[in-house]
Amino acid sequence: MTIRFDKLGVVIAAIVAYAAFAAPFATFRANRIVPGEARSMLEALPAATGSLLLATVVAAALVALLKTPLILRLAASVVALAALAVLIGVAGSFLTPEGNAFARISPASGFWLLIFAFTLLLADVLTRLNLSPWARVGVLVLAALAIGLLLASGSWNNLSILKEYANRADSFWAEGSKHVTLALGSLAAAAVVGLPLGILCHRVDKLRAGVLNVLNIIQTIPSIALFGLLIAPLGWVAVHVPGAASLGIRGIGTAPAFLALFLYSLLPVVANTVVGLAGVPRAANDAARGMGMTDRQRLFGVEFPLAFPVILTGIRIVLVQNIGLATIAALIGGGGFGVFVFQGVGQTAMDLVLLGAVPTVALAFAAAIILDAAIEMTATKRRVETA
Amino acid sequence: MKEAGIKTWLPSLLRLALVVLLVAFVTNPGWFEPLLKPLTENNAPAIYNQGSLLTLTLLHLRTVLIATVAATIVAVALAILVTRPAGVEFLPLSRSLVNIGQTFPPVAVLALAVPAVGFGEKPTLIALFLYGLLPIFENALTGLTTLPANVVEAARGAGMTGWQRLTKVELPLSAPIILGGIRLSVVISLATATIGSTVAAKTLGEVIIAGLLSNNLAFVLQGGLIVAALAVLIYDGLSAIERYTARRMGREAE
Repeated sequence: MTIRFDKLGVVIAAIVAYAAFAAPFATFRANRIVPGEARSMLEALPAATGSLLLATVVAAALVALLKTPLILRLAASVVALAALAVLIGVAGSFLTPEGNAFARISPASGFWLLIFAFTLLLADVLTRLNLSPWARVGVLVLAALAIGLLLASGSWNNLSILKEYANRADSFWAEGSKHVTLALGSLAAAAVVGLPLGILCHRVDKLRAGVLNVLNIIQTIPSIALFGLLIAPLGWVAVHVPGAASLGIRGIGTAPAFLALFLYSLLPVVANTVVGLAGVPRAANDAARGMGMTDRQRLFGVEFPLAFPVILTGIRIVLVQNIGLATIAALIGGGGFGVFVFQGVGQTAMDLVLLGAVPTVALAFAAAIILDAAIEMTATKRRVETA
Repeated sequence: MKEAGIKTWLPSLLRLALVVLLVAFVTNPGWFEPLLKPLTENNAPAIYNQGSLLTLTLLHLRTVLIATVAATIVAVALAILVTRPAGVEFLPLSRSLVNIGQTFPPVAVLALAVPAVGFGEKPTLIALFLYGLLPIFENALTGLTTLPANVVEAARGAGMTGWQRLTKVELPLSAPIILGGIRLSVVISLATATIGSTVAAKTLGEVIIAGLLSNNLAFVLQGGLIVAALAVLIYDGLSAIERYTARRMGREAE
């Protein structure tokens, strides 16, 4: 029997070989802003554990390298990722000198590359397994639970990012809820305004080009500028419109951020509503008319359900985009995870940047998976019903 | 496009006016001071005074250009690779990677690149490059996988080698769609490059951020408007090239 190599496995094995043997596993710093000292995998962990991790990683890479059954590849990637996740916490405790509150241990390039390599393997397996939408959401929930467990167990507490978190746990959740409120609230507002606007554009030809052009131009204004430009009009409203200030409308802060995100969200919602409605088969519309449906019945009973997957795609674009853009709100005092990112950039404290960036990426990622699953479910449901 | 009169020449005229206005503004911002003065408070300067707008505009464009060229080369090469028989194994994975990549917010990419390469232009280039890859790769993939089968068959039947088919048939035919991806990528990059100024890159974002920090609305407005004007003009220009190639290739753009 000849040994056959997996093409992707060759790439993964090369990354793993470099990351495990040549790159640092963790970085040790005497305090949060001095440059770090690299520690290899064997130096960063107690002797037996270090060798065990090395053996696990190499074995998993071999599984990836050879042509092996999917289930084995799945197991290898999950085991390797789990071992890395648990043991980086162990490295944190092992490298922190007894009773030293200033030392910072953070994962280094080797660790990130290993995570990347095995995530690649896992992503490949999951893609090839062709999971159903529900199963994908299930995998996401499992991963979130595992990470939540690790966080709750305190095994990561000696890592630098969690030390930053411990210093500002209260503001972390406050900014987090602001971030989610900004992203979801502006999306809800855009849906409430954008859907009727989209329907109107679909029905009235003359309106369509004009509205879409204006929204297109809004999209080209850079986000920082749009945030800034809304400060003045909202400041004016706060001063001159009675009651506005008590509603929380102010020149700086959440109000301009909310409005800017809302404006950015309109284009994908309106454009996808128009495209979705335009894609409704003529036959379906004719049949509905023939059955004596009124315009309103046709809209809610036929057109809207058929266009729904496309509209949902627009919502997905908006949600992922808003979660990312909400970080910029911090520049105008709007809060959100961006506060930590920009504070961290200002203090050159990368752990603080990570404290802001990691939850943002995780949120956007989760939102994308959940909405993709929802889109697929509505689309297949439609196909089954119409078949 | 058949009816003559105001509808046909008005857009071109507007575009021309926008170009003239933009050039006048970045070369002689002083002319526009009276317009912007009412937006400032406490006698603050109305025109950005910590650097020339022209230089910043050119640096902004240079950053976007470098990132887009690099992203185009890599994205098209990758798309070609995964559509050849040898790389077809990577196709599903590369699709999911593209989807995952698009969920990364640009600010996060920018901030995370800083520890690796330091402050300045480099993290901005990396963020723009990574962010620009996705639309181009996606469109190149669409272009290369939706070629009319009979044309590809004919090329094979005519005895063309794989390389000839790629350069003489497949790439030219996908050009309009790939251009569409480049256009999207450029517009995203133009706006994202402004965020680069939060990590000390020299772009027009500097003007906007200076305005935000000193509460000077005139700065925010001029920085934002220059970027928006650049984006609108470049978007228009690339759309025109796209339509032109699409007509030549007999393929409908988008």
